[in-house]
Amino acid sequence: MSSYFEINELKAEIEGKPILNGLSLTVAKGETHALMGPNGSGKSTLANVIMGHPAYEVTGGEILFEGENILELDPEERARKGLFLAFQYPVAVPGVTVASFLKHAHDAVYGEKKLKAAEFLKQLRADMDFVGVDQTFLNRYLNDGFSGGEKKRMEILQMLTLRPRMAVMDETDSGLDIDALKVVSMGVNKLVGAEFGLLVITHYERILRYIHPDHLHVLIDGKVAFSGGPELVKRLEEEGYDWVRNEFGKEALMA
Amino acid sequence: MEDKLGTDSALIQEEYQYGFVTQVDEDRIPKGLNEETIRLISAKKGEPEWMTEWRLKAFRWWQKKSEPRWALLNYPEIDYQDICYYSAPKKMTDRFKNEDGEIDPEVRKTFERLGIPIDEQHRMEGVAVDAVFDSVSVATTHREMLKDMGIIFCSISEAIRDYPDLVRKYLGTVVPQTDNYFASLNSAVFTDGSFVFVPKGVRCPVELSTYFRINSQDTGQFERTLIIAEEGAYVSYLEGCTAPMRDTNQLHAAVVELIALDDAQIKYATIQNWYAGDAEGKGGIYNFVTKRGHCRGKRSKISWTQVEAGAAITWKYPSCILQGDHSVGEFYSVAVTNDRMQADTGTKMIHIGNHTRSTIVSKGISAGHSANTYRGLVQVLPDAVGCRNYSACDSMLVGATCTANTVPYIQAENSTAIIEHEATTSKISEDQLFYLRSRGIDEESAISLVVNGFCKEVFKQLPMEFAVEATKLLELKLEGSIG
Ligand SMILES: Nc1ncnc2c1ncn2[C@@H]1O[C@H](COP(=O)(O)OP(=O)(O)OP(=O)(O)O)[C@@H](O)[C@H]1O
Ligand SMILES: [Mg+2]
Repeated sequence: MSSYFEINELKAEIEGKPILNGLSLTVAKGETHALMGPNGSGKSTLANVIMGHPAYEVTGGEILFEGENILELDPEERARKGLFLAFQYPVAVPGVTVASFLKHAHDAVYGEKKLKAAEFLKQLRADMDFVGVDQTFLNRYLNDGFSGGEKKRMEILQMLTLRPRMAVMDETDSGLDIDALKVVSMGVNKLVGAEFGLLVITHYERILRYIHPDHLHVLIDGKVAFSGGPELVKRLEEEGYDWVRNEFGKEALMA
Repeated sequence: MEDKLGTDSALIQEEYQYGFVTQVDEDRIPKGLNEETIRLISAKKGEPEWMTEWRLKAFRWWQKKSEPRWALLNYPEIDYQDICYYSAPKKMTDRFKNEDGEIDPEVRKTFERLGIPIDEQHRMEGVAVDAVFDSVSVATTHREMLKDMGIIFCSISEAIRDYPDLVRKYLGTVVPQTDNYFASLNSAVFTDGSFVFVPKGVRCPVELSTYFRINSQDTGQFERTLIIAEEGAYVSYLEGCTAPMRDTNQLHAAVVELIALDDAQIKYATIQNWYAGDAEGKGGIYNFVTKRGHCRGKRSKISWTQVEAGAAITWKYPSCILQGDHSVGEFYSVAVTNDRMQADTGTKMIHIGNHTRSTIVSKGISAGHSANTYRGLVQVLPDAVGCRNYSACDSMLVGATCTANTVPYIQAENSTAIIEHEATTSKISEDQLFYLRSRGIDEESAISLVVNGFCKEVFKQLPMEFAVEATKLLELKLEGSIG
C-alpha cells in the first residue's frame, strides 16, 4: 500500500538539544494511530515539527505527506495541504475574534470565493452546536480567558472548520470532563473515514474508547520504542512505561 | 532554524499610496520668516488687526526661544528661513471673497484620489468634511444642515472673519502663543485649519472631519484647529492627513485646542499618515504638534484617539487639563513606526478639579530600524481630591533592530489620588504567529492579525468606518516581503 503519511528517521532539536532521535512512523489513509509516551519523551515536539514550528530544527530524516516531503514547507503551506494540529496548549490571540480568525483560516485554506460569509457562518454555527461551543464565543477573542476545556473544544471546532485530511491531536483529551470528551470524540469521528488519517497523542486509555486506534506506538526518548495493536493500551495503563522500557528499552536506546 | 523575525527590516516594508504630487498653479510667498512674512500671511487672509497683532506677539516670543530637544528624537537642525510659509492653489485664493468660487479641478481630483469627497453632492453619509490643501481650506460639506442646528463648522480663516468674537474669546486660551516653541511658531504663521462651535445642549448628529493634505514643496503646514462644545454639547471630530513622497523633509507644526464646558463631550480622533520618508530615512514629514483639551466645565469629557502611522518624526502629546470637577480625560493611542521613523508621543493628564478621572491606553508597535517612545505625564495637583488615573502602555517589537521606550512621569501631589500604571514591552509572539500560520494564514496576515488584535482596544474608540480604515492602514504598514 502506498504510504499516506510517513515519518522516516526524523531527528530534531531545540536550542541545540536533541529531542527526536530517529523517529519513524507511518499512518495509512483511513487509519487512526495512537501515540503514547512518558512526559518529556518528545510527543509535542513531534507534533510541532510535523506542523513546521520555526523554533525546532530538523537535523535529519523526512516527513512525507502523499509522497511529498513537507519539511521544506511553511506551516501555512502544510495547513493548506490538509495537515492539522490540535495543540496541547493553544495560545491566546487577544483582539482577534473567533469568528474573524476562523473566516481568515477557512479562506486561507479554501480560497475566499469558496463560501459566502453567510453560508460559512451557518456551517460554523452548526459545528459549534455539535462540539458544544456557545455562539457567544464567536465574538470572544481567540482562546483569551478560555478555560482548559473550552480551548480544547475550540481546537476541534477549528478542525471541523478546516476539514483536514491528516490531523495530529496533542493531548486533546487532557483536562476534559467525561461529557466533553464524548463531544470532542464525536467531533473527531465526523472526520474519521477513508480519506482521513489521524494521530492521537494521549496519556489515557479513556479517549481510545471513543476514538478507536488501529495501531498504538510508544515514544521513549524521542524514538518509537514499541508499536502494536490497540489491545496494548490496557497493559500500558496498568503497568506503566517501565514495562516498555524493560522489554524494549535496551534495544531502543542502542541506536 | 533562524528566527525569521530576527532578520529585521526586510520583513516589514510599507508602500505609501498617497505619495503623488498634484500640479496646480500656486500662490506662494517667498521663503523665509520675519515680521513681514507674518503681516503678508495675515493680509492674504484678510485678517483684522487684532489677529495680526496676536500673531506678531507669538513670533516675537518664538524668536527668543530655541527648539526643544528633550525628546528621544534625532534629526538635523531645521532651517526656518528655508521654508515657505504660505502656499495655496491660485484658483483658491479668492474663494473667501466670492461665495460661489470654484474649486481648482486638480485639487478636487486630488481629494477624490484620496477618497475624500468635498462636494455636497458626493458627501459621505454621516460625516461632514473640511478639506485643507497646503495653506487653505478648500471645502466644507454639510454646512447648511449644521447651520440649522446652530453648529458652526468652517475653516479657521472664515471663523476669524465671520465669528471674530467667538475666535477671540477662545483662541489661545488652551494653548497660548507662548506655550512652546512649535506652538508659538504655529501661532505666528498658521494658515488654515478647522473651527467648530457646538452651542449649548446640541448634539452634533454627524462626525466632523478635516482632511489635511500637504502638496507644495518646501512648504510648512501650520494648521490651527479650535473646537468649542458649550454646556451639554457633544461633538465627534476626526482628522486625517497625507503628503506626497519627497526626498526633502517638510515641517508640519499644528495646534489643536479643545474646550468643553459643563457636561460637554468632545471626541477627537486622528489618523495620521504623513509621508514617512523612504526605507533609508530620506525625506518625510516632521510632525511637531501641540494638541490640548481643556475640560473647563463640570462633568465635561474629552477623548483623544490617535493612530499615528506616518511622518519621519512625530512629536506629539495630546493632553487634557481636567479643571471642572468630575471631568474625564481619555487618551487612546496606536503609534506604529517602521524603517527609520521616529515617534516620541504620549499624553499629559493634568488633574486640577476634584474627582477628575483619566484613562491612558497606548499601544506602540515598532518595526524596521525605527524608534518608538511613549512619554506621558499624570499630574494631580495638591488640592484636587479623589482623582483617578489608569494607564496601560504596551509596546510590541517586530524584529530585532527597532527600539521601544516608555517614559511615564507621575506627579501625584494629593494623597487621595489613585493611580494605576501598567507597562509591557514584548516581541511579537512567535507562538501566536505559529498558531495562526498552522491554520493556513500566511505570515504577513498573521502579523497583521496579531498587531491589529493588539490595537483593538484603541480602534474600538474610532467611529466604525475609520476603524476599518485604521485596520487597513496598519495592514499596509506591515506589508512587505519577508526576509
Ligand atoms: N522550547 C523549548 N525549549 C527548551 N526545551 C524544550 C522546548 N520544547 C520542548 N523542550 C524539551 O523537549 C523535551 C520534549 O518535550 P515535549 O513537549 O515534546 O514532551 P512531551 O512528550 O510532549 O511531554 P508531555 O507528555 O509532558 O506533554 C522536554 O525535555 C522539553 O523540556
Ligand atoms: Mg506534550
